[in-house]
Formats: sequence, structure tokens, C-alpha cells
Amino acid sequence: MDALHQRTNLRGDLQIVADMVQPGGRLLDVGCGDGALLDHLIHEKGVDGRGIELSMQGVNACVSHGLSVIQGDADTDLNDYPDGAFDYVVLSQTLQATRAPRDVLGNMLRIGRRAIVSFPNFGHWRVRVSLMFGGRMPVTNALPHHWFDSPNIHSCTIKDFIQLCAELGIVIERSVALNHRGARRRIRSNVAFTNLAGEQAVFLLTRETVSS
Amino acid sequence: MTAPPDQTVATLANGPGSTESTRLGLTAPLRLDCGVEFSDFPVAYQTYGALNADKSNAVLICHALSGDQYVGDTHPDTGKPGWWSLMVGPGKLLDSNRYFIICVNILGGCMGTIGPKEINSDTGKPWGLDFPVITVADMVRAQALLLDHLEIEQLFCVIGGSMGGMQVLEWAALYPERVRTAVPIAAAPYHSAQNIAFHEVGRQAIMADPDWRGGNYLSEGTNPNRGLAIARMVAHITYLSEPALHNKFGRRLQDRDAVTFGFDADFQVESYLRHQGSTFVDRFDANSYLYITRAMDYFDLAERYGGVLAEAFLGCETRFCVISFTSDWLYPTSESRRIVHALNAAAANVSFAEIESDKGHDAFLLEEPEFWSVLSGFLNGAREHFGLDFGNGD
Repeated sequence: MDALHQRTNLRGDLQIVADMVQPGGRLLDVGCGDGALLDHLIHEKGVDGRGIELSMQGVNACVSHGLSVIQGDADTDLNDYPDGAFDYVVLSQTLQATRAPRDVLGNMLRIGRRAIVSFPNFGHWRVRVSLMFGGRMPVTNALPHHWFDSPNIHSCTIKDFIQLCAELGIVIERSVALNHRGARRRIRSNVAFTNLAGEQAVFLLTRETVSS
Repeated sequence: MTAPPDQTVATLANGPGSTESTRLGLTAPLRLDCGVEFSDFPVAYQTYGALNADKSNAVLICHALSGDQYVGDTHPDTGKPGWWSLMVGPGKLLDSNRYFIICVNILGGCMGTIGPKEINSDTGKPWGLDFPVITVADMVRAQALLLDHLEIEQLFCVIGGSMGGMQVLEWAALYPERVRTAVPIAAAPYHSAQNIAFHEVGRQAIMADPDWRGGNYLSEGTNPNRGLAIARMVAHITYLSEPALHNKFGRRLQDRDAVTFGFDADFQVESYLRHQGSTFVDRFDANSYLYITRAMDYFDLAERYGGVLAEAFLGCETRFCVISFTSDWLYPTSESRRIVHALNAAAANVSFAEIESDKGHDAFLLEEPEFWSVLSGFLNGAREHFGLDFGNGD
């Protein structure tokens, strides 16, 4: 297991996710990719970590590295888990690629006491500039695909996401935006500004009924 | 069939494995699902490697329908390498320098464990059709008795493919506290209608053979070779895939330049199947084939739990690694996924990988690098998780 992943060099948004996780407890990483975050959390935070990953290559890489990961899909496979099975359910850079993000979010907070969601912010100024002045669908660092090959079928802005949380009765415990240089800023300090300056967003969520 | 029922403990001189036999059910009988009880009955098995001081390195390999305890060693009857010799032995993935590996001839088998071929002590004749119908759970209960006999409380791993995978699932359901890791490969939580249908064709072929003699062929000095060979031929097709057959044989002819306008084996695939059938009858008992296929047909793990498969695994702390193969249409990935969904619903710890392969169901027996890498990684991760060090195995 040693040095499989550069545990100290997590991608910026993953580091923010990792910082939101309290040590110990059970965690499900939905869309865990090659398992870098999961591996980090298991070894640095001592969590009982599991993963779900869509790609066969990702799953096989994870299991080959000793991680408990299943091949599956955020849209369908979260339904199986019992209520409150996890302390944290993480969805990094995947929400915008799900068929029914609203249901996925609801499911995450059904099976987990807390959810951590990160996504590329469609309200970022580069996206707005690209669409407004270029007249083309934006292709940026955080959204690197063309319209015809993008897996991102449900992109949203930071404001959109906050609105959805309010509709679903989800409490935002923490929220952080990253600009294109990776600098962090609390979203709630200025939603309008971070929705413009933030290239990516990370939210720590909980159900209203759960007390911290 | 050389192993006598009362085979005494012996070790093969030229194999890494140790060939053993013992009698179980001495203090308390084994009560089968059908209600019959077995007392003082023979169980044949092989072991590889040595049990460590704290008895934490035991690995139980569960064999499939046509397998037996000769998992790594050369088979005493056929002279061929053990059915999982690619996987089991010194320096192999299931490394006998690291693990104490046990492989037991299943209940109802025909390589030394009590089965229809063995002598019924009540009559002095082979059991034949007087042998009770057994289940996969019965096989597992018998294996648990063997572990008691070997004074092994907990297994590091229970692993098996196909019917071996069904046994793995039963182990986790019946004795979760005795299983640290469970690896059901190319398995299913129940036998499907299609699987039962193929088995029925095989059984009918055996029973339609006049030499079957109503199951009494051993007493009457015959053997239903034709029926058993056909059963094997049908089953063998289900273990492969269309791409595998196409790549191996296509429409190529067997030792001839043109078709003969007759019913000889013109095609290589016919010749191959006939060979598979004829070699099988030399090592397998026809009644055993009936009983074991029946046990598989009866397998439906959820049945005991009110039809809810997840209930079978509630509170189970075993770490699972479920593995399927893309071209396996006998135990397809969708069946493995059913197992995974149930394990998730029970909040059990599970890994699940589908391996890309065109080899069909038999892929689990073959050299499949991605499968091996997944399995090896899972076992390494589990050893690390449980803080177990069995040496580097080199």
C-alpha cells in the first residue's frame, strides 16, 4: 500500500474535502476514481472507508490497492444502503454527471449523517465570459470537455446549489470556493462574489434534524 | 477412482500438498437439510503449507461441481495439474509459504468424502440413490466440522468460484464469525432457471443411459459413460463463451480437408467436446453428478431469510471481494451485482470488480492478470487491515 498515491499531495479540492472529515467513523466515497482520496482518508484520518466507482479500470485499480470499492453508479446504487449507514458520504466532482442530482443528494443524506459535495461552478467568470462574449459552450480547467463529449449533463452554479439545498431542507455546515489558482474562500462570506470568482465549490452538508 | 472410502492419512511424495482423510460426525452427527443425519463419515481433503502459531493464516478453497481437493497438486487419477494449480502453491497468489491452504472434497463428491459412490455401512453396498439429497449448506456444515477437527477457529479467507462461490456465500451466512474475508467468484445468490434447465438436461442424459441401471450401476458392474459424457459436454458449453469457442475452433475441421457428409466429428469443436466428455467419465461418478447438480439447483441463499438476501449478511464483519467476468453468461455479472447490493444493504464491507475477459465462466480457472491483481490487492489490503503478517511468502 505504501506510496501508491501521493498522500500528502491531494488535488486542491480533494484536500478541502479531506479537511472536512473528522477522524474515525464510516465513510462512503461515491465516484472515488483511482481511490486517492479514499486511500488518504483511511490512512490519515483512520476512517472505515468504502468506495463506489463507475469505471471498471478505476474499480480494479482501487481493489488492487486494497481499497473496499465496488463497481456501481451514484444514480442507482445508493438506493441499496440502509439509512444512516455512514458518517460521511462524499461526492467529489460527480454530482453534475449524475442523471438525477436532486435524488442523489437526497440519498446521500439518507444513508449518511453528513455529505460532502464538490463540483465545478458553472457561475465562474471564465464560464460566463466564454458564453457571453465567445458565444460558445465554455471549455475551462474545471470544465475541460466539449459540449458533445461532456459527461457533465447537470452543471450548476454555487447559487443554484445553495437554492437546491434550501428546497431539500439541507443545512450547509461549511462551504468553500476555490479560484483558478486554488485559493480558498468561504462561500457564505459573499455568495455573489464567490459564485463569480470560484472555479470549484465544496460543501459540507447535513440534515436539519441531525445535531452536530 | 482410486481413493478408497477408508483412505488413511497419506502424503504425496512429489507434491507440495498433503493428501488427508478423516472421519467426522463422531461426537455429534451432521444433520442435513433433508433431515438425514450422518455419523462417523469420511471426509477427504488436501492441505498446503503450515498453520501458523496463532492459527490466523488458514485459507479454505471451495471447489466447483467438477473439481475436487486436488487444487494444486497433480491429480492422482488424470495425471493433470490441479484445477487451480495456477493459483495455489509456493510463490503463487495463494501462496503455501504464507497461508495454510485447505481444500475439501465436498459432501456428495466422489474423491473420498461421503457420497453416492461410497459404501453405505448399513447395507454394505454403494449408497447409489439411497444417498440423501444434499445442499450447499450441508457441504459447508461438513467443512466447518473439519475445521473443528483441525482446531481452526477462524479462516483468514474462504474463496471459490462457481459452486465454490456459493459455498463461500453460505460460509459468510452460516459462520460469519469464522470468516475474516470471503471471495465468491463467478457466483450467484441462487441458481437461475436457465442454470437448473442445463443441469436437468445433464441429469436426463445420465438417467437415460441404460447402463445407469436406476442408479445401481456400481453394484451391477456397468457405468453410464455415454450419459455422463453428454452431461459433461452440455455443461462444458455453458462454461465457455461464443468468442472463446470461435477463437479456439471457429468452423475449422478436425484432421480433414472437407466435411464427410456423415455424423463423425467433422468439426474441431465436436472433437473437443467429445474429448471433454470421455475424459470426464474416467474421474467422475455419475450419481455424484446428479447429487451435486441438485444441490446447486436447490441453492437460494435468500430463502432461509424470508426472501431478503441482505438478511443473510446482517451484522457480518467479514470483508467481501465479489468478482465476475464480462463474458460469463452462466453466472453473469448481474448475479454478482445482486450479491453486492445485498451486502451494501447489510452495510457489509465489500469490494466488487468485473473483469474483462472473453473466456466465459471458466475464466476464474485461467490466467487472467487483472483478476489476479484484484484478488492479490484485496488479500494484501485485508492482511493490512487485520494487522496480520504471514511473512513475505518469498
